[in-house]
Amino acid sequence: MNQVITERLQARFPASVRGSEEFRNDLTVTVRTADLPAVAQFLKDDPTLAFDMLIDIVGVDRFREAERFEVNYTLYSLEHKKYLRLKVLVNEEDPTVPTLTGVWPGANWHERETFDMFGIKFAGHPDLRRLYMPEEFEYFPLRKDFPLMGIPDSLPLPRR
Amino acid sequence: MALETLQRDGFLTARLDDVINWARKNSLWPMPMGISCCAIEMMATASPRFDISRFGSEVMRFTPRQCDVIIVAGTVTYKMAKVVRKIYDQMPDPKWVISMGACASSGGMFRSYSVVQGIDQFLPVDVFVAGCPPRPENLLHALIELQRKVAMERTVGSLIRREPLYLPERPGEKSGAAT
Repeated sequence: MNQVITERLQARFPASVRGSEEFRNDLTVTVRTADLPAVAQFLKDDPTLAFDMLIDIVGVDRFREAERFEVNYTLYSLEHKKYLRLKVLVNEEDPTVPTLTGVWPGANWHERETFDMFGIKFAGHPDLRRLYMPEEFEYFPLRKDFPLMGIPDSLPLPRR
Repeated sequence: MALETLQRDGFLTARLDDVINWARKNSLWPMPMGISCCAIEMMATASPRFDISRFGSEVMRFTPRQCDVIIVAGTVTYKMAKVVRKIYDQMPDPKWVISMGACASSGGMFRSYSVVQGIDQFLPVDVFVAGCPPRPENLLHALIELQRKVAMERTVGSLIRREPLYLPERPGEKSGAAT
């Protein structure tokens, strides 16, 4: 099945696929950031793949690397009982990824969470607000340069 | 002696503070601010096995406007702190605060940017309860301690003068104060 996925993606998007790797039968495909929605739509609609379920979206901070942030999408095909990880990379200056809410509506809150924790923007997202932290909070807590105990006085408490 | 006086004369004399405090301390209505796992132990405390109604506190009200004591049971995040404070502000005076468990008292194991490291930063806490989570007996002990504290308060007298509040010694307890 992994071979089928990579072959079909290579045939359909020869310029978009940046690479793929397999670890213990789990396939990870890295695609160009701008082509993400087209690839995702194809993975969902193609009957031999049919990745109809978006399990999760995860941000990764690879601090000090040129393309600092990763966004990982875990997909699942209910029909083929098959997982696939889709990966895109963005740099620190403009951490913008196209939204996948048009492909899987469930991406909405996952993308808001990734924005909240890493500051990765999702272009075209219908409602890109913070999910966990207060809206007036200015930092992104899961970035590697954010201190564990937070920034003093960045979260106001009620008066005693 | 008091009973003899009552039987003989048909009335008693007492300090107004004592009568009011006696009424208050034996019907502390809790606001169950159950935020995480401590709330399970708080519910167990209200259950027949531990029976918080033995101490007059069985009337857990889910509206702060009918409560005397807020039991903050669980992890308070910075976002939740505003909510807890708002609920506390809605309670009528006089009111007391029990901080139940390690998380509410000190942040507990959540030493992190999102968790308030002790609710005494924004609430006047009367009794802290140790434990993660505390046993129901421990919460009942906190309630008894709070009752001792309530019994010492000045009520009408507080209009005249306010004194610092010290807990009385328990029977048989030596004073720890150095002389």
